[in-house]
Amino acid sequence: MSTTFWIILAGAVATYLTRVGGHLVISRFETIHPRVEAGLNAVPAAVLTTLVAPELLHAGPAEWAALIVTVLVSLRGGLMAMFLAGAAVLILARQFVG
Amino acid sequence: MTAEAISEGRTSGDFWDGVRLSMPVVVASAPFAVLFGAIAVDNGFSVLEAFLMSAMIYGGASQMVGIELFGQHVAPWLIVLSIFAVNFRHVLYSAGIGRRIAHWPVLQQAAGYFILTDPQFAIAEARAESGRPVGFIWYLGLGLPVYLFWVVESGLGAVFGKMIPDTHALGIDFLLPIYFLGLVLGFRKRPLWAPVVAASAVASIIAYRTVGSPWHVSIGALAGVLLAVILPPHHSGVGKRP
Repeated sequence: MSTTFWIILAGAVATYLTRVGGHLVISRFETIHPRVEAGLNAVPAAVLTTLVAPELLHAGPAEWAALIVTVLVSLRGGLMAMFLAGAAVLILARQFVG
Repeated sequence: MTAEAISEGRTSGDFWDGVRLSMPVVVASAPFAVLFGAIAVDNGFSVLEAFLMSAMIYGGASQMVGIELFGQHVAPWLIVLSIFAVNFRHVLYSAGIGRRIAHWPVLQQAAGYFILTDPQFAIAEARAESGRPVGFIWYLGLGLPVYLFWVVESGLGAVFGKMIPDTHALGIDFLLPIYFLGLVLGFRKRPLWAPVVAASAVASIIAYRTVGSPWHVSIGALAGVLLAVILPPHHSGVGKRP
């Protein structure tokens, strides 16, 4: 087996540990404290925000336009509408401002 | 929790419900799968190895980082550690989703955690929040198309990578931030949403500038989660939840 294969295998094991690990730790406790539950409820917004926020540092006019349109569409539409509108604005704007 | 109706028609309906929700994810992740395959081959992976990495790790950002380091001939243990660091946010997903799927048989849970990606978690959480059960069949309908397309498109990218046109003009590098922003906005009715988003945004930007990537993800996420833990429970609405 090549080194590459072992890197992939070890990377896969490490990744699976992150995907199952939080559950294995939390499930040791009989009851979940309200504050811990509040923390868990905050996980989606907290983590997903970190995948977007640093992008604002390098965002130009095209990227800002796309994000603003995404927010506006979110007031009325669903996820698919949001995504398609944001992507359309981005691609269109980049034809003009690069 | 409402009793789950397990009649034949209901089950296949659940599956297709999941498949329908998976479509934006399939569209948004397709360019990255192809791009990953192309970059992997460019950095010295064989087509089979690129395919295997997508099938076994199944985490886009971590695969990109891994392949980049591999191309720079970084020590293998450091590559694995970096993959672990990029994927560390899944620990939080795992802790969160465990409450929703604890009633599944163990093997189904084991499979469920294997495909626990960003959108998989976010969409399953949104369903649980709306009061509907997160069943295995529905979860599989959501995750399986994304997985299959990811693996196959990685292979295609590895084979045909040299033919990719101008990725910047197509906006490929910015599709995922738009999609993730959509997911964040989808949770805006949750208690503490605005303060959590603000705390995570500020902390991740500061960490990105100081500590650097990929740690800004874990640091920013912890800031938002800690804020929700610290604020008094009557703000977080936990007591009022059904």
